[in-house]
Amino acid sequence: MTDATAPLPAARATGRKSSSILELDARTRRRNAAEARFKTYGIIAICLGLFFLVWLLSAIVRNGVPAFTQTFVTLEMELSAEEVAAAEASVVKTSAYRDMIRAELIEQMELNGIETDMTPEVLGQLLSSGEANQLRTWVLENPSSMTEGATVTLPFLAASRVDGYAKGRVTRESLARDSNLSPAHLDLVDQLEEAGIVERRFNLAFITGSDASDARPEQAGIGVAMLGSFFMMLVVLFLSLPIGVAASIYLEEFAPKNRITDFIEVNISNLAAVPSIVFGILGLAIFIQFIGLPQSAPLVGGLVLTLMTLPTIIISTRASLKAVPPSIRDAALGVGASKMQSVFHHVLPLAMPGILTGTIIGLAQALGETAPLLLIGMVGFIASNYPDGVASGFLDPNSAMPAQIYEWAKRADPAFYERAWGGIIILLGFLLTMNIIAIILRRRFERRW
Amino acid sequence: MPAFWILIIVFAVAAAGYVLGRRRAMVSAGGDIRNLHSLPGFYGTNVALSGLVAALVVLAVWTVAQPVLIERSVANSLPPDSYASTAERSLMMADVRRVANGLDQAVEQGAMTEQASRDIRTEFTDIRTRLGEIGVALGSNVTAATLRAAQRYRAMSATGDLWKTILVLALSLGGTAIALARTNMDFRARPTVERGVLVLLIAAACIAIATTLGILFSLIFNTIEFLRLFPPAEFFFGTTWSPSFTGRGGGSQLGILPLLWGTLYISVVALLVAVPIGLFAAIYLSEYASPTVRSFAKPLLEVLAGIPTIVYGLFALLTVGPLLVDVFGAGGLLGVGWMRGGTAVMTAGLVMGIMLIPFVSSLSDDIINSVPQAMRDGSLGLGATHSETVRQVVLPAALPGIVGAILLAASRAIGETMIVVLGAGAAAALSLNPFEAMTTITAKIVSQLTGDADFTSPEALVAFALAMTLFVITLGLNVLALWIVRRYREQYE
Repeated sequence: MTDATAPLPAARATGRKSSSILELDARTRRRNAAEARFKTYGIIAICLGLFFLVWLLSAIVRNGVPAFTQTFVTLEMELSAEEVAAAEASVVKTSAYRDMIRAELIEQMELNGIETDMTPEVLGQLLSSGEANQLRTWVLENPSSMTEGATVTLPFLAASRVDGYAKGRVTRESLARDSNLSPAHLDLVDQLEEAGIVERRFNLAFITGSDASDARPEQAGIGVAMLGSFFMMLVVLFLSLPIGVAASIYLEEFAPKNRITDFIEVNISNLAAVPSIVFGILGLAIFIQFIGLPQSAPLVGGLVLTLMTLPTIIISTRASLKAVPPSIRDAALGVGASKMQSVFHHVLPLAMPGILTGTIIGLAQALGETAPLLLIGMVGFIASNYPDGVASGFLDPNSAMPAQIYEWAKRADPAFYERAWGGIIILLGFLLTMNIIAIILRRRFERRW
Repeated sequence: MPAFWILIIVFAVAAAGYVLGRRRAMVSAGGDIRNLHSLPGFYGTNVALSGLVAALVVLAVWTVAQPVLIERSVANSLPPDSYASTAERSLMMADVRRVANGLDQAVEQGAMTEQASRDIRTEFTDIRTRLGEIGVALGSNVTAATLRAAQRYRAMSATGDLWKTILVLALSLGGTAIALARTNMDFRARPTVERGVLVLLIAAACIAIATTLGILFSLIFNTIEFLRLFPPAEFFFGTTWSPSFTGRGGGSQLGILPLLWGTLYISVVALLVAVPIGLFAAIYLSEYASPTVRSFAKPLLEVLAGIPTIVYGLFALLTVGPLLVDVFGAGGLLGVGWMRGGTAVMTAGLVMGIMLIPFVSSLSDDIINSVPQAMRDGSLGLGATHSETVRQVVLPAALPGIVGAILLAASRAIGETMIVVLGAGAAAALSLNPFEAMTTITAKIVSQLTGDADFTSPEALVAFALAMTLFVITLGLNVLALWIVRRYREQYE
C-alpha cells in the first residue's frame, strides 16, 4: 500500500510546473491573502464601531457617576427661639443665619482640635453660598426644633470647589489662580474629613432638585427639567399616537391609489428626514410668533416634537398594519363586517403591539431631541421652580432634560460639566428603559404570520 | 368661561348624547335589536360625534385666531402719532398686553371692581402704583393711549370669549339635538358614522401636508422679509460672517459662504469616518459573520444610533476635543501645534462620523442583503473568492443603493445641530486647516435665534434664510437618495 501511494506526490512535483492542486501557486496565494485582508478590514470596522461605543459609554459613566454624590458639612446646630427671632427681625435675614452656621462650624472645629487663623468670612467659603437660605427654610418649616437645649444635626452643602477637591477635580495647584478658595482651605477640609464633619455621600437633590445659578453648581439638580420633559412627553403621546395611527390606517387601508395619496406619502417620507432644527424654526414661527403661545412652555415643545415624531410613528404603524395578513380582513368581511369594522375590530388590535413598539421608540427619540427646544426658548433660563399644577406644568416656562444638559455644558465651571454628564446618565436611563419596554412588547406580543 | 371648562361640558354633552341616542334607537325599535338598521352603539356614536366634532373644531380655531385678530385690531387702533416705527409699535403692544394682564389680575384679586377697571383713567389714577400694589410690575409709566388700548383689548377679549362660549355650546347642544331627532330604527347610522370616521382619518393624514406647508410658509415669508432688508447678493456670495447686534441693521456682514464651507467640511470629515467603517461593518455582518456574531454586533452598533445627539455634543466638547488637543495641539504628543482649542472641524467631524456609523451600516446591510443570492452563487461557482464576489459582483449590484444611503447620511450630517453647536466652535472661518474652529449653518441658526432676538432685524431674520438654505439642501439630497434607492429596488423585484 505504501508502495502505491508514496511515489505519487513525487511524480507530480517533478512533472509540469505548479499544476498541483495541493500546492498553492503565487496567484492563488495572492488571492487568498486579499481574501483574508478583506475579511480583516471588516473585523477591524466592527471592532472600531464597538470601540467607539465602549469609549463613549465609559466616558459617560466615568464623568457622570460623581454627580450623584456630593460633599456635605454636617453640623449639630443648637437653635434657640430668640436667635431665630432676632435673625428674622434683621434686615438681611440670610446673613444672620449665615453667621449662625459659621459660628457653629468654628465651634465644631474647636471641639475636634482643628486650629485655623482664618476669619469666619474666609472660613465660610468652605460652605455653599445657599446654605443660609437652606437653614432658614428648614427652621421656618420645623418650628418645633427651636426648643431650648435641643440640637439638630443638619447637613449643609459644601462649596463646589471643596466638592471638586473630594472628587479629585480640584487640586492645590489649580487653586493657586482661584479667588474663592485657597490651598489652606483644603488642609482644613482634610482635617474636617478625618473628624467626620465633612463627608461625601449620595445626593438625592441632584435627581429631584431644581437648577441653580452659575455661582452655585453644588445646588443644581435635574428634577424640574425632568418634569418639563414629562409634560412634553404627555403632549407627544396624546397627540402623536392617535393622529399617527389614524393617518396610517387611512393610508394603508382606505386610501385610493392616486396622486393625492402619493403626494401625502412622499411628504411623510421627506418629513422624516427634515433636520430637527427646522422643526424648531416651525415652532418658533407658527406656534410662538403667529399663534402667540408662551415661550419655553412644555406645551409648545410637545407640539413641535409631535410634528417631528409623527413621520416615525406613521412609518412604523404602517409596517405593522401591513404585516397583518389579508386573510384576517377577508374573513371579517366574509362574515359581514364593514370595511371600517374589519379594520377597527380585527386588524388594529392585531397590529397594536407593533404600533406601541414604534410609538415608544418614537417617544424615546423625542425625549432625547435638543435642537428644536433651543429655538423655542427652553434654554438660557434657570428652571428653578416646580410647576404648581397640571395647567402650569404645560404652560409655564420650563426646561427639558436635554436642554438642561446643554445649558450646563455651556457654563464655564467644570462643576457643571460633571452635572451635565450625570444628567446624561439619567437621560440614557430613561431611554434604555423605554427601549427595553419596546423590546419586551415586541418579544411577548408580536405575532409572526 | 375658560376653554378647559367648555371642553369638559362639550365632552359631557357628547357622553350624554351617546347614551340618549342609543336608548332612543332601542325604544324606536320596540326594544328588539333586530328591527334596527345598525347596531345600537352606532346610533349613540352618531349623536356623540355630531355634538363633538363641529364644537371642537370651532373651539380650536377660535382659541387660536382670537388673540391674533384682537392683537391686530388693537395695534391698528393705536393713535398713529404715539409710535415712530413698527418696532416701537410692537414694544407698545407688549406694554398694552402687560397692562391688560395687570387689570385682569387686579379684578381677580378684588383690588378693583370690573367697572373701575373699565373706567379707570391715567389722568386721575397712577396705574403703575395701583398695579404694583398687587404684584404686577410695569417697566414704565402707563400712557393714556396704552391704557385705552389695554381696556379695548380687555373688552374685545371678553366679548370674544363670551361669543366663543355661546357658539361652541350652541354647536354642541344643537348638533346633539339634531342627531337625536334623526335617530329612529330606520336611520342608517353605521354608514353615517363610518363616513364621519373616514373624514377624521383623512384629516389626520393631511397633518403631514399641513406640517410641510407650515415649514414652507414660516421659512419663505421670513426669508423674503430678510432679503428685503439685506442685499441678496451679499448673503449668497459674501465671504464674511460677522453679525453685529449693537448697530441695528448697520455693520452686519452676513455672507453664507463661510457657514456653507464649515458645514460641508465637517460633513465630509464625518463621512470619511462613517462610510468606510459603516460599509465594511455592513459587508462583514451580511457576508461573513456567523449568526451569533451578527446577533450581538448588529444591535450593539445600533445602540450608537439611539444615543441622543446632545450626548455626542458633550462627548465632542469634553472628551474628544481635549484628547485631540493633547495629540495635535501645541506641546502635544506629535508636537505639531496645529490645534489651538478643543473645538474644531476635526472634533465635530469625528464625533459626527461615529454617530453616522450605524446609519450607514444598517442601510447598507439592508441593501447588500437584498442583492439576489443567485448572483453570489454564480460568482462563487465560477471560482471567485468570497471577497472577489463581494467586490466585483455584490457591491456593483448594490452600488446605487449604497450611494443613496451615503447621500442620506450626508443629509443627516448637514442638518446635525447639537454636535456642531458644542464641538465645532463659534467663529466663522474660510480655512483649509481641519484643526481650526469653524461654524456651520445649523450652529448659526441657533445662535441668531436664541436670546432676546428682535424678529424685525436682519440679524434674527437671517436665521430663517439659513434654515431655508438648509431645508433646500437636505430636501434635495433626500429626494435624490430616495429616488436612487427606489429605482434600485425595482431593478431586483
